[in-house]
Amino acid sequence: MTHRTKNTHTHRVLALVGSLLIWALGAGSASAELTIRITEGADSAIPVAIVPFAENGGIPAGDKISNIVQDDLAMSGEFRTLPPEKMLSLPSQRSEVYFRDWRLLGQRYVLVGQMTRNGDRVEARYELLDVNREERILGESASASVSNMRTLAHHISDKVYEAITGVPGAFSTKLAYVTLDSANGEPRYRLQVSDVDGKRASVRLESGEPILSPAWSPDGRKLAYVSFETGKPAVYIHELDSGNRTKIADFRGLNSAPAWSRDGRSLLMTLSKDGNAEIYRMDIQSRNLKRLTNHWSIDTEGVWDHTGEGIFFTSDRSGGPQIYHKSSEAAEPRRITFGSRYNARPRPDSRGDYVYYVHQRNGGFHIARTDLSNGEETVLTRTASDESPSLAPNGRMLIYATKHSGTSVLTVISADGGAAYSLPASEGDVREPAWSPVIR
Amino acid sequence: MKLSVHQKAFAMVLSLGLVAGCSSTGDTMGEDQYGSDVSAVDQDGGSTVYGGSEDGGVSASDLTDEELRAREERAEMEAMRNITTFYFDFDTAEIKAEAREVLVAHARFLENNPGQQVRLEGHADERGTKEYNLALGERRANAVERFLIVNGASRGQLETVSYGEEKPAVMGSNESAWAQNRRVELVFE
Repeated sequence: MTHRTKNTHTHRVLALVGSLLIWALGAGSASAELTIRITEGADSAIPVAIVPFAENGGIPAGDKISNIVQDDLAMSGEFRTLPPEKMLSLPSQRSEVYFRDWRLLGQRYVLVGQMTRNGDRVEARYELLDVNREERILGESASASVSNMRTLAHHISDKVYEAITGVPGAFSTKLAYVTLDSANGEPRYRLQVSDVDGKRASVRLESGEPILSPAWSPDGRKLAYVSFETGKPAVYIHELDSGNRTKIADFRGLNSAPAWSRDGRSLLMTLSKDGNAEIYRMDIQSRNLKRLTNHWSIDTEGVWDHTGEGIFFTSDRSGGPQIYHKSSEAAEPRRITFGSRYNARPRPDSRGDYVYYVHQRNGGFHIARTDLSNGEETVLTRTASDESPSLAPNGRMLIYATKHSGTSVLTVISADGGAAYSLPASEGDVREPAWSPVIR
Repeated sequence: MKLSVHQKAFAMVLSLGLVAGCSSTGDTMGEDQYGSDVSAVDQDGGSTVYGGSEDGGVSASDLTDEELRAREERAEMEAMRNITTFYFDFDTAEIKAEAREVLVAHARFLENNPGQQVRLEGHADERGTKEYNLALGERRANAVERFLIVNGASRGQLETVSYGEEKPAVMGSNESAWAQNRRVELVFE
């Protein structure tokens, strides 16, 4: 286990007021709003003060940019933010900053800024200051339409995160997930897409039958998923802008576990049309299939590795499910996990350093990772019914589904297990999270 | 409604002693939940209680021993075919020894009724990953399919589908619920 310390300061993010734009494809379909609750923080969190931005008139009431930035940075687990009521002053530009005050407050960085309305756009001018060196390390003017204030806020979060850590932020990306609402006796499955903080959720597909395994195309514009809407599992591709859907695989037996190639031209999927669960690559244009595994055991949950040439997958050829890697489509599979009887659903990072997966230990299911350079395994979560790990595109955060008081919820952890944040839905179960790539 | 059917089926398996080590589940399924449509089966022994009004004009002594045995056998087969749900251990697709006799009865029935179609729905409990469980549910349905074919059913009568962990018979995160959710259901169409 990695070393973690329970943060005694359990924050609750301010309930955000104001109307949120909700796009729903299904008429009258409500989307489950996720709220973030910070449950643990890392020891090593960097203290940063996000000063409420000054507003020069015409800025719509509602969520404040500084609040959104503060929540984003806190969610990463790498920052500890200072509540505004503890600030000694509220500067909005560098010339108003007394570095000594911020040093006294134990802050390493201060973000100050101001908002100006220009027609139907809002401009933010902001500066990130290094308190110890008394230097500006980031200064920018950025704008967005009035209705996209949240987009602007997540952009600022990305810039601040990168200026301090050297790694691009992932706050402008999206989450896809499935909610299950059984309140009225009839189950309603809803495939939803939201911001990474759970806001601006919109329903993209609603069904009385299960929806599973949403997977983002590399450009972030399409989702592949498994839907049981015809009574049996089939794989669909869903274009998010148009809402157009294509049933891409509907063979006899299983059609499941879609995963995109890096060029977006083919999908890995699990089919059992030839007898039992095997992994195939389908060329999306021609729908030609190539079989990549051939074994009497279950082979499923295929996903490409960081090179785009090899695949990780789950197989129970050793007796129970374990993670395997093939360095090319033709290579012999090599077993990766040995630490327990049950390891499944691999999710490799984009650098080839780690593979993350579901790991059973002492009767519970956790998220674990293996260091691919030395085979060392680390269990990252302490919750006990953990499923569906999905990495942020910068490799620094991971979202997964777990159970909280009998309800399925989403939790974000830092990818080294250092901090945990849960995102419980206000209604029903939330499962199958998938973190989008950087959307192009 | 569907739940009560599952519970009914499970109760029948229980009463036949087909599931070992699940005595605690009996508490959650009182007799009042069985529904009136199961009155044809004696829940204590699983033996038939047919007779009475249907056979009212015929006394047992009018039948030869052979006829009586054949009739009893038929009735037993009928009763066994009321059991349509079969349970599995964690991460296995092995048909339990106790389930074989019942599945043979289903296979004989299908053999004698070639027009009858049946759908084999495979399920897993909630533990582990959804995609692996989807494959596991299929493996269980396939195991039952093969068993039925070996015992007389023809492939064309059978269709398999896996729901993985998506359609639990019983809600809950405990051994009793998991045991009832690792199953294959025969749905006659």
